[in-house]
Amino acid sequence: MAKKRVILSGCEAAAEGAIRAGCSFYAGYPITPQNRFPEYMSERMPEVGGVFIQAESEVSAINMVFGAAVAGARAMTSSSSPGISLKQEGISYMAGCELPAVIINMNRGGPGLGDVTPSQSDYFQATRGGGHGDYRTITLAPWSVQEIYDLTYLAFTLADRYRNPVLILADGMIAQIMEPVKLLPVKKQMTKKRWALTGCKGRRPNFIKSLFLTPGVLETHNWKLERKYQKIAEKEQMYDTYMCENMDLLVVSFGTCARICFEAITMARSQGIKAGLFRPITLWPYPYEFLSRVAEKAKKVLVVEMNCGQMIEDVKLALRGDIHIFFYGRPGGGVPTSEEILKEIKRI
Amino acid sequence: MEKTKSYLYKKPESLTDNVTSYCPGCGHGIIHRIIGEVIDELGIREKTIGIAPVGCAVTAYDYFNFDITEAAHGRPPAVATGIKRYLPDRIVFTYQGDGDLAAIGTAEIIHTAARGENITVVFVNNGVYGMTKGQMAPTTLLGQKTTTTTNGRDPYRHGFPIRVCELLATLEGATYIERTKIDSVPDIIKTKRAIKKAFTYQIENRGFSLIEVLSTCPTNWKKTPSESMEWVRTEMASFFPPGVYKDKYNVNT
Ligand SMILES: Cc1ncc(C[n+]2csc(CCOP(=O)(O)OP(=O)(O)O)c2C)c(N)n1
Ligand code: SF4
Ligand SMILES: [Mg+2]
Repeated sequence: MAKKRVILSGCEAAAEGAIRAGCSFYAGYPITPQNRFPEYMSERMPEVGGVFIQAESEVSAINMVFGAAVAGARAMTSSSSPGISLKQEGISYMAGCELPAVIINMNRGGPGLGDVTPSQSDYFQATRGGGHGDYRTITLAPWSVQEIYDLTYLAFTLADRYRNPVLILADGMIAQIMEPVKLLPVKKQMTKKRWALTGCKGRRPNFIKSLFLTPGVLETHNWKLERKYQKIAEKEQMYDTYMCENMDLLVVSFGTCARICFEAITMARSQGIKAGLFRPITLWPYPYEFLSRVAEKAKKVLVVEMNCGQMIEDVKLALRGDIHIFFYGRPGGGVPTSEEILKEIKRI
Repeated sequence: MEKTKSYLYKKPESLTDNVTSYCPGCGHGIIHRIIGEVIDELGIREKTIGIAPVGCAVTAYDYFNFDITEAAHGRPPAVATGIKRYLPDRIVFTYQGDGDLAAIGTAEIIHTAARGENITVVFVNNGVYGMTKGQMAPTTLLGQKTTTTTNGRDPYRHGFPIRVCELLATLEGATYIERTKIDSVPDIIKTKRAIKKAFTYQIENRGFSLIEVLSTCPTNWKKTPSESMEWVRTEMASFFPPGVYKDKYNVNT
């Protein structure tokens, strides 16, 4: 069973990855393009003795997840852009209360109701906190069905390790395509959560809170969170490169868009163009130093995103004005083709 | 005869020694005490998980001596759902004000009742937003003056008050819904009996219970504590009649 490969959609793969990581609580609300996710969970959760709840809204769903996390569960929710906006309240409270949870965003076009096609327009929201207050959430960006499976599995470990919400920023493409997935074994060993509320039998009562009214206490709490974020930034950066040896044009892209760039770069190489790809997997913490090192050899950098240019800000931070950065973007649900990107590679 | 030490009256173990931040004459203190006594009497302190609201009772974790979590404004029923579904053998209750439960958290309370979650809700109706200094609440009476209805609540400008028990009693999912008040000793005893029944129902897996308690906010009502009790007895109780609105099991305790 452990090494079996099965064909799953991105939604199903993420949901199965969560279950195998020991997730035993899911609450969600329908929204395209992630409807397969709650549907799959509604069948699988009862099979593994877990809880599935179709909530009355995304606000309720995230607060149910908050409750399950308070009680010590590995808990998660999934949604798409407008629903993720509603979940920001709960995500901020979980960051403040230091509660672990996994939240999946199958990003669709915005702003507003937007459309239901794949997009990367929630990059700022995902990487800059998203809700109110001074906080960060670990943000993972898969580019394939296998990777959304693996990253969801990993996300629960990270959430528990740092007692912090972890976001998966995927999109409508990854949510719906079907690909073979190598399954991981079911996780048995879980972190012991002494801080969880389980009833105070044999110990002093536990409290979970984010309200600190005594002057100075919230400031101290915020610095404690900040030290945690710095530790995450030191330890958890992930990225991938392709054709970065003997390269003079570096393409930087993430998720679905990086996958299309991968194809464009393969085409470029066959035409003698020395292009390479840098793909951040953690969007927060962003792999600034790694990007800067990989880009040292490049003469030009092209950022490609399915938005009007959001990650380009992080690329600029990484490269500190050392090199000219070009941008190619398709907002509002536009998905670039590899030919389009190749044209751009040739143009710059 | 053997000599035994017995108390007629003592502080419940479920309450801490901390001095509360509640104003003199505030109903929150009385209701906290009732909950503390009930949890002690049922012997469930070590398996109870409470959810504090956003409102004057936000610091409930300072006063209750068992596990407590905060929740975002209006979301305690969703948080309680998460806890109770994951730990079905624990006793889970929410403590919520009228702003928390009947305004910003209307969707959560209705759907939690409709799902028949096996939890207990203590709903403290004091007719104002106490914590934010006395604005109109969904339960502010017609004509009642608040800081956002300075000439009195006018239904055509500010809408009508909401009767929560009557509303929730229409839902199949709800098991036990009762409204009580705390303006006299017999009423305080009745309130305790209702809250104890609600917790007992939860222990017996009977489903969703809500006890609405007509309470006081002397500070924002700009009344003395005794005038406030009088207001509960006359004005509030006539618009929000105390009584059992639903009891699927009709068990006397
Ligand atoms: C999302 C959000 N909106 C508004 C507030 C501000 N706020 C704090 S308490 C409160 C009202 C509390 O009134 P009620 O629930 O009746 O409790 P009481 O203080 O009267 O016991 C409000 C509006 C908040 N904390 N969060
Ligand atoms: S403001 Fe009102 S509700 Fe709040 S503690 Fe004072 S009397 Fe009680
Ligand atoms: Mg109130």
